[in-house]
Amino acid sequence: MTPITKLNMVKALNLALLQEMERDPDVLILGEDVGVDGGVFRVTDDLQRKFGSQRVIDSPLAEAAIIGTAVGMALYGLKPVCEIQFSGFAFQCFHQIENHAARYRQRSQGRFHCQMVIRMPYGGGVRALEHHTESEEQFYAHVPGLKMVIPSGPRTARALLTSAIRDPDPVVFFESKALYHAAKEEIPEDPETLPIGRAQVVREGVDLTLVAYGAMLRVAREAADVLQAEDRVETEVIDLLTIAPLDRETIVTSVGKTGRAVVVHEAPRSFGPGAEVAASIMEGAFLHLEAPVRRVTANDVSFVGFAREKANIPDVARIVAAARETLAF
Amino acid sequence: MPRTILEPRFHVEYLSILDSDGNLDAALEPKLSPGELRSLHRAMVLARRFDERMVRLQRQGRIGTFAPIKGQEASQLGSVITLRATDWMVPSFRETAAMIWRGWPIEKILLFFAGYVEGGRPAPDQRDLPITIPVGTQLPHAVGLAYAAQYRGDDAVVMAYFGDGATSEGDFHEALNFAGVWHVPVVFVCQNNQWAISVPLKKQTHSKTIAQKALAYGLPGIQVDGNDVLAVYTAAREAVERARAGEGPTLIECVTYRLGVHTTADDPTKYRTQEEVTAWEQKDPLTRFRAYLEKKDLLEDGLEQRVDEEIAEAVRRFEATPPPDPLLVFDHVYAEMPPHLRAQREELARWLREGGAPAPEPPEAPQGATPMRGQRLTRR
Repeated sequence: MTPITKLNMVKALNLALLQEMERDPDVLILGEDVGVDGGVFRVTDDLQRKFGSQRVIDSPLAEAAIIGTAVGMALYGLKPVCEIQFSGFAFQCFHQIENHAARYRQRSQGRFHCQMVIRMPYGGGVRALEHHTESEEQFYAHVPGLKMVIPSGPRTARALLTSAIRDPDPVVFFESKALYHAAKEEIPEDPETLPIGRAQVVREGVDLTLVAYGAMLRVAREAADVLQAEDRVETEVIDLLTIAPLDRETIVTSVGKTGRAVVVHEAPRSFGPGAEVAASIMEGAFLHLEAPVRRVTANDVSFVGFAREKANIPDVARIVAAARETLAF
Repeated sequence: MPRTILEPRFHVEYLSILDSDGNLDAALEPKLSPGELRSLHRAMVLARRFDERMVRLQRQGRIGTFAPIKGQEASQLGSVITLRATDWMVPSFRETAAMIWRGWPIEKILLFFAGYVEGGRPAPDQRDLPITIPVGTQLPHAVGLAYAAQYRGDDAVVMAYFGDGATSEGDFHEALNFAGVWHVPVVFVCQNNQWAISVPLKKQTHSKTIAQKALAYGLPGIQVDGNDVLAVYTAAREAVERARAGEGPTLIECVTYRLGVHTTADDPTKYRTQEEVTAWEQKDPLTRFRAYLEKKDLLEDGLEQRVDEEIAEAVRRFEATPPPDPLLVFDHVYAEMPPHLRAQREELARWLREGGAPAPEPPEAPQGATPMRGQRLTRR
């Protein structure tokens, strides 16, 4: 029986990094402040002391070269885990991700590939500045060749990061800042993985499907509790975990049962993951639908300061209201 | 306090060994064997003839857009010949001379420029990256490769190619900076061919040289006569030896000239004069190297004809390529094909099988019998 400890998401991610570095000498970490400082959120805490500055690299401050040099390392056969300090800064390396990390396998017809993980804190709810609050998963989800993963808590974070490091394809790995210290979960000491590309039904129901991920998962679960208590509605909640490639099968199977779906995300609505989820439901479960698929998302606006943030991020009340409208359709 | 001059003061060397009039600085002449000189000359002639053939093939519609290298043979070959097979070569999109030297079959290069992705696939043991098109973005890859070599304890050196235009890109500066901080075995070879499409060097940078940009990053930079293959070779050999000895990266600026078009889609008469081109033609790298070999009695009879025949053979093999299989586009997107790509592949395969006719198939119902529209199967 493997010992179990209660860890928050920061510690859970740190455990995954530690164990994968112990397991595979080709795994190394690079990014801004990841070494001595252990990362601004402490996800890489103490790893430089354990593995040395050649394996946990405090890089110069340049996102494009962090990803660009990691691409080169991966082409050589190393397995870099890069940290971009905040997802809002990743547009300075987006070309390296889209033009190269995602494409090398196909461009070289399998001669090269980029086994690398690009970790980034994302999302709002932490009273932070512009570029420290946004959700940009849709940009990565749209890129062929990339995998886009967003865990929803300490245990899925640890298991998915382990899987991402072992995955032969480049994985963009978003970590919700709001979840970093939000809760502790029981984590088995032995390494644990979760399949990338598979969603989880975290609550079973027959009346309505709620699709969410990342920090929005717990909000969706709370909404499901409210619907149960106040409306006697049995809500099925799906945690996507992987945004791309999307697990359409789990979504379609659920909506085939419930006939109603609400998708929740922090990213702006238009062309966001909710649109792809809705289209997948149309393609796979159209004749089972009892109501249009609803999206509860951020509005299509830029970040305007955290004083007005709350009104822009989905909350329990908005999800419950959307669910009720869907149920009444 | 009086203002003071900081030490150390910087300097940038310029190296020329065989000038355009054929004058040789014998004290600097590199010790290349007759065999090495002959194979270098052969590679330069092959690169030139192939380049000219590629432009003609494009004009005939037999390949797509091509970026010719005419005039830059010495810059590429003088540097690439200093690499071992176990070293790495990182090209941009104008390095056909270096690629052929590194073992890329000519018909593969033809395939690439005819739009076949297979043409960009290096051989399994080949340590060359494929052609990179976004300007300058390959330079951080070279630094990462060099870091990995050092990390693994291999003695491999990485040589990366780019042009004068790339030195305005952030990736160039970031790559040099990272290379300097990490002290990795990489040689940056800038082919300063004076023009980035229509923009001349003086509009690209206010620096007197490109070589001096290295100094800001704590690396040595050297400017060489890029049309003098002996000077390029000497500078590259020094840089490669330094890199292999753990003495860090170097930037080499090869001052050369793009005698042809930027690509076959370009019309240089719009932005530069024929007088300028003619003046550079007087500095042709092949002319002076040929004269140098002639004095050494090392010219081979019938070299051009043999090279042309080799190219013609490759063109024949290229033209025998079977038509492209459209379904190959789904290969190598991921290590394992995910369900949505399998579905898209099947959709395209069915479309092709049925001669392009639409193939309506009812969507798979997730459970039970397919309900009619408006028929409620679920509660509420």
